[in-house]
Amino acid sequence: MATYQLNINGQRKEVNVDPSTPLLWVLREDLKMTGTKFGCGISACGACTVHVAGVATRSCIVPVSHIGERAIVTIEGIGQDTVGRAVQDAWVDTDVVQCGYCQSGQIMAAVALLKHTPKPTDANIDESMGGNICRCATYVRIREAIKNAAAELTKGGE
Amino acid sequence: MATASKSSDMNRRGFLRVSFAAAGGLFVSLYLEPRFAFAQEAGGQPQAPKNYPPDAFVNIRPDGKIVIQVNRLEFGQGVQTALPMLLADELDADWSNVIADLAPAADVYKDPMFGIQMVGGSGSIAHSYQQYRELGAKTRAMLVAAAAERWNTTPAQCRTEASVVHGPGGRSATYAELAGDAARKPVPANVTLKKATELRFVGKKVKRLDSRPKCDGTLKFGLDLDLPGMKVAVVAHPPVFGARVKRIVDDEARRVEGVRDVFEIQLAKGSGVAVVADKFWPAKQARSRLKIEWDTTGLDKADSAELWTRYKQLGSTPGTVAVSNGDVKTLDQLPGDKRIVAEFEFPFLAHAPMEPLNTTIRFDGDRAEVWAGSQFQTVDQMAIAEVLGLKPEQVTFHTEMAGGGFGRRAVADSHVQREAATIAKRLRGTPLKLVWTREDDVQGGYYRPMHFHRVEVGIGADGLPAAWRHVIVGQSITADTPFAAFVVKNGVDSTMTEGVADTHYNLKNHHVSVHHPKVNVPVLWWRSVGHTHTAFVMETLIDELAMRARVDPIAYRRRLLKPEAKKLLRPLELLDTATARWRNRLPKGHALGISCHESFGTGVACAVDVSIENKRPRVHRAAVAVDCGLAVNPLSVESQFQAGLGFGLSQMMAKGAITLKDGVVEQRNFDGFVPPYIIDAPMAVDVHIVPSTEAPTGCGEPPVPVISPAVANALARLTGKRYRSLPLVSL
Ligand code: FES
Ligand code: FES
Repeated sequence: MATYQLNINGQRKEVNVDPSTPLLWVLREDLKMTGTKFGCGISACGACTVHVAGVATRSCIVPVSHIGERAIVTIEGIGQDTVGRAVQDAWVDTDVVQCGYCQSGQIMAAVALLKHTPKPTDANIDESMGGNICRCATYVRIREAIKNAAAELTKGGE
Repeated sequence: MATASKSSDMNRRGFLRVSFAAAGGLFVSLYLEPRFAFAQEAGGQPQAPKNYPPDAFVNIRPDGKIVIQVNRLEFGQGVQTALPMLLADELDADWSNVIADLAPAADVYKDPMFGIQMVGGSGSIAHSYQQYRELGAKTRAMLVAAAAERWNTTPAQCRTEASVVHGPGGRSATYAELAGDAARKPVPANVTLKKATELRFVGKKVKRLDSRPKCDGTLKFGLDLDLPGMKVAVVAHPPVFGARVKRIVDDEARRVEGVRDVFEIQLAKGSGVAVVADKFWPAKQARSRLKIEWDTTGLDKADSAELWTRYKQLGSTPGTVAVSNGDVKTLDQLPGDKRIVAEFEFPFLAHAPMEPLNTTIRFDGDRAEVWAGSQFQTVDQMAIAEVLGLKPEQVTFHTEMAGGGFGRRAVADSHVQREAATIAKRLRGTPLKLVWTREDDVQGGYYRPMHFHRVEVGIGADGLPAAWRHVIVGQSITADTPFAAFVVKNGVDSTMTEGVADTHYNLKNHHVSVHHPKVNVPVLWWRSVGHTHTAFVMETLIDELAMRARVDPIAYRRRLLKPEAKKLLRPLELLDTATARWRNRLPKGHALGISCHESFGTGVACAVDVSIENKRPRVHRAAVAVDCGLAVNPLSVESQFQAGLGFGLSQMMAKGAITLKDGVVEQRNFDGFVPPYIIDAPMAVDVHIVPSTEAPTGCGEPPVPVISPAVANALARLTGKRYRSLPLVSL
């Protein structure tokens, strides 16, 4: 067991866990932040996606001991961000979700995409969202919602 | 039921037998806070299903919120929005104040058609449509009666809108104000439902009620549950189905910090080793450190390669007859160019719902409490009670929102619930969450069965099929379950022949027979069940016939369908006009694929625009035309079809099969069994709904069967090859 100071959604959190524990399980079980989901545990589905220092990261394979000072943002905190809020709103307006279980990860991946590519093409979307499984296969609406969020965010910007 | 048909009556009788045994005479009439609850019917007497007391379904709170209980699991299909829409519309409720809740297990929430509480057969709307409308209308009548009494007038003088009753002289009262008085009014036995033109939001696009909490991380799925003092268990399952633990070496596992116990447990099939820990991670770590010797004596070790050989042999001989119409012997005299002989192979498929399977139980000796995303509350509640030595009514069963299911959460032997209960029994008083990892899920069985089809079609002078001989080989899903009694008839499991035996094509000389081999792999219904393979066989063959006859694939289908197959003819006609603009003007390197199929009472016609990119099919556009009767929530219908097509493409994925070698499943996780990613799904899907006022039919399963044959038909035009084996390993 070891103690870690984590910076999560702008707050300092202290946990005392085995160093090998993946960030996913620290979030879900030690910090009771269950918005980040477990889907596969092997980096194949993206359900566990969070941002670590702004990079979309599979929390199921990152041991907590590797995080250090880097800021973590989860689905619970992404709404405080302009892009994050716009993506969440676009998801609701576009009626994307079905079972919803994958959508935390989808939204985190989409936010990361829009942050560096404000006007993504279909190819950009295929690439950035390409590792996130939606078993319900809500992909058509995910694509649509990303475009809607992009339009909203770039409105009046040019 | 407006939708009652001969077969559903049969289903109902079958299920009722099951449920009477389960019910033990208990009748739950009330469970909401009695303070605001509506009148309880005299003494809580059992009553006809149509006289459900509305109080079990509607709770009008003093703050004006209207809480509606949804009698079945929400796992993506949108029922948590659609059923409240039906009730709220008849109630004239203010939709912005409606809250939907998933009801716990109770007799009052049983499916009116099936007689057990469940989701299946795309019946959520079809079976509860009338029920929820009546519940809304009855509740409204009681509120109006209360208002009329208050104002000394008649109900006829009152009208309702947005949770307010308006009376003569400008008087009005909110539902919340009237709820107390209304609760003392008798539940009316009969009510008049709205005319189609009076419906306010049924039939209009209404957004889901559960979107926001699913987008901000606040919605709690079963797996997210956290109870004080809760422990987490994982189980080491046998590598061969039904194997038993011979020896456990667990010292290393026990040394993992946070591990509380390690012990052998009885499973629905064989035995396993449970690891109980404070949290999931140590439990999983410990499990990987277990050394277990398994006893597989006497067990059949299923092997996909061997099974194909065996199935192929079986398929070359006639089996138990499912259909015998006219004469198919003419086939044997036909020359080769007037005959198609086709053999199809379909592998085992895992459901792999996004939220791994899980169940939480606290056993307190004389009662238990359960939290589970279950498609089968009645069955699971009974199974848990049995394991714990309780009566079903001593088991409080909460329905948790589930991350997908596709049939996987409706298992006749309730093996996940039994597993959880077996462990919880040892931990009396401590809540226990059982978690299946993705590996448990992918390797854990209960798959869509493997199937082999052999079809011989004789082509008539008119280019239409003159004779059709069809043999299907595959395990029976329902044999050895309580459902066999009404699904298996004369040795034929109709969940395997649906879509072939009852085809809507006019096949005058038609012979269908089946073989149901016994194989040591547990099998289960997988979203759209038999139609997953039968639609592929029928629709690729029909396409081949149309091509040989040089007839447009839509025109050919319309010609061959029976005139009474309205649920397919109408969608085909709509598809024809709706896709006319783009269908025959595809870019170079693209091809059109067509299919149509009816399942669960819903008819679907599908057109796809496909090209080949990186040696895989790319679906640039798909269009479906759908006849599902009245589309209660057209937005939800649209969404189910858009995504359901993507789900259906699971069958085409290069790594979309579960295979076994020497009894052991070869895939472990999403790296070996790969569902569609965004690149594999259609880029765009247009959904055209046939306008209808007929009783609604389901939309959960009907999208799935049409897509794979449509894509295969398009590919055939691109490559000149006919694709008869799934998954599509290469083109
Ligand atoms: S749970 Fe992390 S990628 Fe699937
Ligand atoms: S919405 Fe169900 S897995 Fe994506």
